[in-house]
Amino acid sequence: MKHFEVLGTGCKKCINTAETIERVARELGQPVEVVKITDPAKIMEYQVMSTPAVALDGKVVHSGSIPDRDTIAGWINP
Amino acid sequence: MLELFTYLANWLAYGLLGLNPDTRVGTSIHFFIEDTTKILFLLVVMIYVIALARASMNLERVRAYIQQKHRLVGYFFGSGFGAITPFCSCSSIPLFLGFTSAGIPLGITMAFLFTSPIINEVAVIMLWSLLGWKFTLAYIVIGMAVGIVGGMILDAMKGERWLKDFAAKAYQKAAVEAQDPGKDIEVPETPKMTMAERHQFARDELKEIVGRIWKWVLIGVGLGAALHGFVPDGWFADNLGSGQWWSVPAAVFAGLPLYSNATGVIPVMESLIAKGLPVGTTLAFCMSTVAASFPEFIMLKQVMTFRLLAMIFVILLANFMVVGWVINAISPWLFSGL
Repeated sequence: MKHFEVLGTGCKKCINTAETIERVARELGQPVEVVKITDPAKIMEYQVMSTPAVALDGKVVHSGSIPDRDTIAGWINP
Repeated sequence: MLELFTYLANWLAYGLLGLNPDTRVGTSIHFFIEDTTKILFLLVVMIYVIALARASMNLERVRAYIQQKHRLVGYFFGSGFGAITPFCSCSSIPLFLGFTSAGIPLGITMAFLFTSPIINEVAVIMLWSLLGWKFTLAYIVIGMAVGIVGGMILDAMKGERWLKDFAAKAYQKAAVEAQDPGKDIEVPETPKMTMAERHQFARDELKEIVGRIWKWVLIGVGLGAALHGFVPDGWFADNLGSGQWWSVPAAVFAGLPLYSNATGVIPVMESLIAKGLPVGTTLAFCMSTVAASFPEFIMLKQVMTFRLLAMIFVILLANFMVVGWVINAISPWLFSGL
């Protein structure tokens, strides 16, 4: 199962990002785990400067905006 | 070309709605229609154009660029990048940590964060169209000065001592590494973008920014219109004095509990100045509303101790007051045409 972390200090866009990933996963019928990371120290470890950012299995794959549907689908079904 | 919006407002308010231009309601509604249509039009055009140009800019490059500069120049660049970088306040924590963990001094990072809410393309466009280029230029210089001076004072007081532990450690580690003369700072390459990708970026940016600020424009212009129509000319000069020293701190404290972004405040500024509030006092009020906001401070609490936050707060307030006093003193010759 793919493990997603949504990095962000709790703004609306970060919540949106997490929900979008979950929705796309449901549509594709793939189980995923989505965790929201709001702890600034953790976000710093990932060296992300623009949020919302997404880490897939511990690697940052996106930052600075809500990813679009196709991009998310590409992460779930490469 | 912008007279077009005056004609539009004439036609809508006095023609279609049949309002009388000599009544308070008439002038208020005319002001509201003219300013909202003009501002929204300019915003849509300019945000799109500017976003096209800066599509390939990112914070990693900005950071590497600042790192290469001498410390003194760094304040200037920190503040300058704060002004031109698109930036939402919910990103201030990751940005702060990204800069700090790269060994950029606290004052330079804060110069970026101080200037960022005060100056952005939206504020500049609105000021230019409502108050003219002279005022816009003065506003930019003042906004950057507030950031640069604020950052320098913070470093002079060694503010980094009062960062939260994890942030302080990351900063020290990077500062030690920076001593190594063999270490080069790499500036990440500019991503190559096609015109279609730029257009896509600019369209998203336009949607995002206008979606976020249109309410502020309506509220700001609404307040400005009410002031314009219902407050008699010269009311401020008669009732609040014309530039007595205490009017500036009063304006700063009045602005504190109000939280708005620059978009909402600028139409109000236009009316305040037109009604005779001294320019420096108006600017002090505006900066206090825009740059010292409690939501921002609560956010910074995650990386700073209370003591550091309090220092920053006092430095900002002092800066706004100095701005107000200085501008009030020199405004007679600076804005003689306003």
